[in-house]
Formats: sequence, structure tokens, C-alpha cells
Amino acid sequence: MLILECPYCGVKAEETELAAGGEAHLKRYGPGSSDDEFHDYLFMRENPKGVHFERWRHANGCGKWFHAARCTMTLEVFGTYTAQTSVPTQEILDKIAAKRPGWTWREFADGKK
Amino acid sequence: MSKAVSVLNGARFSGLATVEDAGLQGMITLRGDLGSSALKAAVKAATGADVPAQGSISVAENGAAAWMSPDELLLLVPYEDAVAKTAEVAEALKGEHALAVNVSDARAFFRLSGEGAREVLGKVSPVDFDAAAFKPGQFRRSRLAQVAGAFWLNDDGNFYIVCFRSVGEYVFKLLSAGAHPQSKVGVY
Repeated sequence: MLILECPYCGVKAEETELAAGGEAHLKRYGPGSSDDEFHDYLFMRENPKGVHFERWRHANGCGKWFHAARCTMTLEVFGTYTAQTSVPTQEILDKIAAKRPGWTWREFADGKK
Repeated sequence: MSKAVSVLNGARFSGLATVEDAGLQGMITLRGDLGSSALKAAVKAATGADVPAQGSISVAENGAAAWMSPDELLLLVPYEDAVAKTAEVAEALKGEHALAVNVSDARAFFRLSGEGAREVLGKVSPVDFDAAAFKPGQFRRSRLAQVAGAFWLNDDGNFYIVCFRSVGEYVFKLLSAGAHPQSKVGVY
């Protein structure tokens, strides 16, 4: 069972109280972008074994969206953070680096901003 | 005007705990900046209660204010006053980025009392109801089996449960089944 702490209401919510919102930090390509970029934005998703960033919504609760960083293999949660950001916060990156040295995920990686 | 009736018109079930339709309750949804002094004053004027801390409810003599989310409160007022109080709050918050709506008739309201209240609610909601974890004055939005619901523990030891009126009968039957006299688990 996945338990995430909602950063907006401080509740430690278990999975049935939450709604999954897919991969986090997608960069949107709209009008003016190339077909390849638009295709990748629409269809290409990460499916990592290890560190992953996701969007979640506290649906049966305060109703707010937030981000979560977790490990898909062990279900370890590195942390949850605000939805008002397009990149993971430094605090989260530091926590992941401490537990998973050398991790990478899309353009993010250990030691890289 | 037609006579207002609460969702199950005072239905009652007694088992491990007593489940009751708590009757008509005025409820106002208020969204806005909970830190603003205008909003604090408006809440105080309407309910007599202060803006509650995160995850709690502040109860006054004739009303209460419950924390729903970082920008939302549920104001409880007497049913007859809901329309007037909504207008008062809206008037007081003119110019602010805020919204007050009377949702009294869109909600159902239940009281859960007795020894087994924690256990009954614990059967249908993914919340820790241990006496050390869920204390009087705490307010929680969560789910009741398959539907959204909110509840708080009053100082008198009773739980009060708020849900959408459209699922009121479901919630009543759900709690009644959870309170079946032969279904004691004995966790809390």
C-alpha cells in the first residue's frame, strides 16, 4: 500500500484516498512545435525501475494536486512536494541522491540541477 | 414554499453505535485566502468561531468553521439562517478573491454516537481512529467506503459526518451495516 503525505493538508493519505495523475514535469509542446516533439509529448512516458516522479491528487480529501517522488521497485517514497513547480525541488533531489546515488530520470540526475 | 426535510428525515439505527440523521444543518462553502483579515472577520461574524487550524474544526455556540483545504472552509450555521448568512459573508468579502455558497440542501448530516463509534467509522474509512490519533476537534475529509465524506469528533464524544445528499441514504445504510450488533471487531 502506497502512503503519501499530502503537502497541502498534511494528511498521510493512503492510496485509496488519492488519484494518480501520471508522470510529472512533462514539458508541453503545442502549436509551432515539430511533429516529433508533439508525438513525444503525447505518447512517450517514462517507465523506470527505480526513481520516478508522479502527479497525484488528494481526491478524497482536500482535492489538491501535488507531486511525489518514489521508487517504483521498492515503493519507497522520497517525498511529496508542491504542484506549483515544473522541476523537482532541491530538497527532494537531495533526498533521492542520498538514497539512490547515481540515479537518473529524464533530464534529471544525481548531482545535476 | 415547500417544507425542507433532511435526507432521511430523522432516521436512526442503533447497534454497536447509534447512527442518526442529524437533521437540517445550514452549511456554507467558503473559498478564499484563509489568512486574510477580512475573511477571518467574516467567519467570526457568521459563525462566532475563529478560522480553524489545518485539519481541525472550531466550534462556537451557534456555529462552527471547519478546515476543508488550504483555501476552503465549511461554515456551519443554523439551517434557517443559511441564506442570510451566505449573503452576509459574500457582502463582507466584496472585493476579495473569495466565494461563499449556501450548500445546505446539497449535504446530508449524520451523528454517530456510542461506544463503538470509532470502530464503525474505522470500518468504512481509511483513517486511524485510535483515541491517541483522532482527537476531539479534529476534522478530516476522506472517503466513506465508495463516496467522499467529511467528519469530525465533537467534544461530547460524538462523530458528525457530512456527505453529499445524493449519497445520504448510502452512507446511512453503510454506517448501519457497520454498526450491526454482531459485527464487533474490537480494535478501538
